[in-house]
Amino acid sequence: MSETSQAKHDYNYKVVRQFTIMTIVWGIVGMSLGVLIAAQLFAPALNFDIPWLTYSRLRPLHTNSVIFAFGGCALFATSYYIVQRTSQVRLFSDKLAAFTFWGWQAVIVAAVITLPMGYTSSKEYAELEWPIDILITLVWVAYCINFFGTLVIRKTSHIYVANWFLGAFMLTVAVLHIGNSMVVPVSFMKSYSIYAGAVDAMMQWWYGHNAVGFFLTAGFLGMMYYFVPKQAGRPVYSYRLSIVHFWALISLYIWAGPHHLHYTALPDWTQSLGMAMSIILFVPSWGGMINGIMTLSGAWHKLRTDPILRFLIVSLSFYGMSTFEGPMMAIKTVNALSHYTDWTIGHVHSGALGWVAMVTIGSIYHLVPILFGQPKMHSTKLINIHFWLATIGVVLYIVAMWMSGVLQGLMWRAVNADGTLTYSFVESLEASKPFYIVRFIGGLFVVTGMFIMAYNCYRTISAPKESIADNPATAGA
Amino acid sequence: MDQGTIGSIFTVIVFVSFVGVCYWAFSSRNKKNFDEAANLVFDDEEHKISNKEDQES
Repeated sequence: MSETSQAKHDYNYKVVRQFTIMTIVWGIVGMSLGVLIAAQLFAPALNFDIPWLTYSRLRPLHTNSVIFAFGGCALFATSYYIVQRTSQVRLFSDKLAAFTFWGWQAVIVAAVITLPMGYTSSKEYAELEWPIDILITLVWVAYCINFFGTLVIRKTSHIYVANWFLGAFMLTVAVLHIGNSMVVPVSFMKSYSIYAGAVDAMMQWWYGHNAVGFFLTAGFLGMMYYFVPKQAGRPVYSYRLSIVHFWALISLYIWAGPHHLHYTALPDWTQSLGMAMSIILFVPSWGGMINGIMTLSGAWHKLRTDPILRFLIVSLSFYGMSTFEGPMMAIKTVNALSHYTDWTIGHVHSGALGWVAMVTIGSIYHLVPILFGQPKMHSTKLINIHFWLATIGVVLYIVAMWMSGVLQGLMWRAVNADGTLTYSFVESLEASKPFYIVRFIGGLFVVTGMFIMAYNCYRTISAPKESIADNPATAGA
Repeated sequence: MDQGTIGSIFTVIVFVSFVGVCYWAFSSRNKKNFDEAANLVFDDEEHKISNKEDQES
């Protein structure tokens, strides 16, 4: 079918294929790194006394590779695909598309080299040093020109709502990246932020939370607004709700950053403002979740037979869960317990593995057959196995981190009658150890699922034309 | 103008804009447009009727 649409519209699927494959590759790399550093937390010997393999250096590599390599490639692939198909026109520029692909891979390779060597700006999720930041900016500007250029030459009268979310994600990430990366270089791989003290912290979390809000939320909501209706075979539940969802979400998210800095040197009013905005953010988040899930209204039976749809809908459930948890954790009194504990890690992963990864995986399973001219994936059974591995893995992970986090929070704040601390830090670490092992097992489940996906995609891509539909035995149920 | 006044004016502007967005989204005049837009995801399939089933599976 893709051939027909290719011939008719002459879409640029090459760049989509490239980014789709790299999404799977970097997903495996990033999540495997996560499993390794999770193991180091209960078995520190696993850094083998090699500086490059220490937790402190691999952790930023893990976050960068899952967010910007796995998530980033997924966003590039799907945004290039969605903008072409909903505008019914080929990408604005093939050259810029190729530049964004190779440029983005160069950024990732640079991260894989420099982070383990210890080069870091020390800003969370923005650790890459200034020469790499400049390359990111160039790639990003090319990406924006290509995306908005395609919208300009579109053959449809409307701009589909998924493109609104993707466009907001691109513009905001450009502003965030440039704003937070303003530095004074002192040598080739060393620089200092132009911001000082509490202002630097505020800039960092303005960037950091909106990396969550726009990179990991708005971008993936764009994905959701295309692939959920497409996979369900029916238009989105309420297009009008999606418009209100869009404007409410983008006007609120930008204010939520200060909740990362409760009870710090940040002015009190800023903290309270950030808290209030974070709580209100619950409303558009759930509006979007309900809009996505209700798209299945009247077609719930499809969930029984279609594991791809199951990935997409369960991702929305995790999205709803973490966007309820997030506002709650932004309340100062709750934050007093949760901050600096594993609860935060659990929250992040219910968003990252539950929402971002699952909506990506569902979209990739939808995309791969179309991009490579097959009627469907090699094995539906393996998609189903992947679905359960991913779901069980995420649940193990977040439940372990909730328990460990609340335990830590309670132990750290416990005081004796004379005002001394009841527990030492090491005692709380010891209490967390079993949960770290459970978290590691959960991570293993998720990575195993990713390997199954890679195998399934490989078989789909390399299968001779028409062989998949001809042989229902291998295609599974 | 002090910061409090600017903040108040901004809050009112944002609130009015939000009400405007809601009005625009839910006014019956725009219903047809939005229904069309919602179906954009399926629009480029019409040219390949013979293969449509495949893609839905």
